[in-house]
Amino acid sequence: MNQDSIIYFENVSKWFGDFQVLKGINLEVNKGEKIVVCGPSGSGKSTMIRCINRLEEHQEGKIIVDGTELTGNVKNIDTVRREVGMVFQQFNLFPHLSILDNCTLAPIWVRKMPKVEATELAMQYLKRVQIEDQVHKFPNQLSGGQQQRAAIARALCMQPRLMLFDEPTSALDPEMIKEVLDVMIGLAQDGMTMLVVTHEMGFAKEVADRIVFMDEGQIVEAKAPKEFFENPDSERTKLFLSQIL
Amino acid sequence: MHSLNWIKQNLFSTWLNSIVSIVLIYFLASVIPPLLDWFIFEATFIADDRTGCTTEGACWAVVGARFYQFMYGFYPTEEVWRVNLVYAMLPFGIAPLLWDKIPFRKQFLFFSMAYPFLVFFLLYGGPGLSSVASNKWGGLLVTLFLGLGGILIAFPLSIFLALGRRSKMPAILTLCIVFIEFIRGVPLITLLFFGNIMLPLFLPEGINLDTIIRALVAVTIFQAAYGAEVIRGGLQAMPKGQYEAAQALGLSYWQMNYKIILPQALKITIPALVNTAIGLFKDTSLVLLIGLLDLLGIGRAALADTKWMALHVEVYVFIAGIFFIFCFGFSRYSLYLERKLNTDNDGENK
Ligand SMILES: Nc1ncnc2c1ncn2[C@@H]1O[C@H](COP(=O)(O)OP(=O)(O)OP(=O)(O)O)[C@@H](O)[C@H]1O
Ligand SMILES: [Mg+2]
Repeated sequence: MNQDSIIYFENVSKWFGDFQVLKGINLEVNKGEKIVVCGPSGSGKSTMIRCINRLEEHQEGKIIVDGTELTGNVKNIDTVRREVGMVFQQFNLFPHLSILDNCTLAPIWVRKMPKVEATELAMQYLKRVQIEDQVHKFPNQLSGGQQQRAAIARALCMQPRLMLFDEPTSALDPEMIKEVLDVMIGLAQDGMTMLVVTHEMGFAKEVADRIVFMDEGQIVEAKAPKEFFENPDSERTKLFLSQIL
Repeated sequence: MHSLNWIKQNLFSTWLNSIVSIVLIYFLASVIPPLLDWFIFEATFIADDRTGCTTEGACWAVVGARFYQFMYGFYPTEEVWRVNLVYAMLPFGIAPLLWDKIPFRKQFLFFSMAYPFLVFFLLYGGPGLSSVASNKWGGLLVTLFLGLGGILIAFPLSIFLALGRRSKMPAILTLCIVFIEFIRGVPLITLLFFGNIMLPLFLPEGINLDTIIRALVAVTIFQAAYGAEVIRGGLQAMPKGQYEAAQALGLSYWQMNYKIILPQALKITIPALVNTAIGLFKDTSLVLLIGLLDLLGIGRAALADTKWMALHVEVYVFIAGIFFIFCFGFSRYSLYLERKLNTDNDGENK
């Protein structure tokens, strides 16, 4: 494990009942690195990134996030979750709270930040994702793209050291995909460490340091975008690329 | 002209509508005048006994003569100010729990928390106040004590039971399932008997719970079990994504439930919760069978009095009226809450 490593998977396996979803995953992500994860449906992409903040529990191997090993230890899990932001395909905003309250909730309750300060912070991020004029609305009053940007702002308000995205644009109408991707590109340029499950290959080419290709619970290939698209090693990658490009 | 138009548009817009309207008007016209006569115009309000009721209508004198008992039971007259004080403070104890926009709510909430203790102290007595055993309580006092007390104490318990029933910890899970299923599996009356006879056997020697406290325990756990199932239904309706988003933000189990899950789950269960609460409020009249005289008990006592015999209709109408006032209040409150939460939260429903 090297110095700069912020995510470290060593031989991680996971089963749902008898079905093995992850088969000995090894992956190391350095601070500031942007990783795009792709692969066919059911290959275990979501499961893998959800192991990073313990929304899923792995059964074998070792996961270390920002120096903290994920075990059954609740303290460790809390520590990791405070440092890892997550953006979901279905946004998962809290419908009973205004956009602003969605954003200030965790800083106030988890980081114990005074309300005024949390509001200031939230406004700063909401401005950054360009919905500062919608902050008093409730989630279902916003368009899908606006909701997803609000969800990104909500995650950023915890000032995480690492952001996970699980197909953030898959539930969006085509005309809204770009506004969300633009926010993510901006985030990447600011140096955020990002792990993004997506099939947006344009985004991958532009932003990713490495593209990780998964199939049947394994990492088949992990390469820089240029290499990945021009020179894939495995037949499975070639097949996948031929299907989506 | 306006009202004529209104009548035409709303009551006689179609053939079917016209027929229904005419039947309804005829029905009301033939029912309301006799009812009013019975209730008011032909009724006797003051009399010494039932022979004094010479008019055709209701003999409300029985209610007047027994009014004290209906309100306080056999509470000693020289101490009755204590009950009156409890009644007078009730709105101040409950209002801050029901409305979040009243002025000085924070300060009032402290009063709400102190209120149950004040109630115990005032009704039972203690340092400085002579003690009045609960066999002297009766009427509305017993009904409210058990009904409102049971509902309010049971509410937080049902939340914990509902959460426990979804717990991943086997011991807590089993405990909650056994408790809920056992309580739901038996009629309230058995719980009341059980509480009355068995509870003292479980308690250490020397601690003697008053009958009304045993009844309160029985009523509370009954309501808690039913409330728990209702709330569990609400919890089950919550999308998994809400839990995941809360966890991903680092909220603890209790923070997640308190800030995210329960506000949404309780909102959708309000109608059903109020429904069980109304049911319980009315079921408190079963305490008659363990020797407590609630409103209904006092009513039956009044009917057994030779001076007022056979005035069943008057007595039961009066009791029904009191129950109705409270239950109707509950149901209006639940409507108000639903509407308020909808406008608060979902712009769509505005
Ligand atoms: N909670 C669960 N219980 C049982 N099986 C599950 C569960 N979650 C996922 N699986 C299975 O695990 C496999 C991997 O799921 P996962 O969601 O990680 O795939 P994915 O690569 O993200 O796919 P997609 O592109 O469709 O999102 C799938 O076969 C799925 O059916
Ligand atoms: Mg997935």
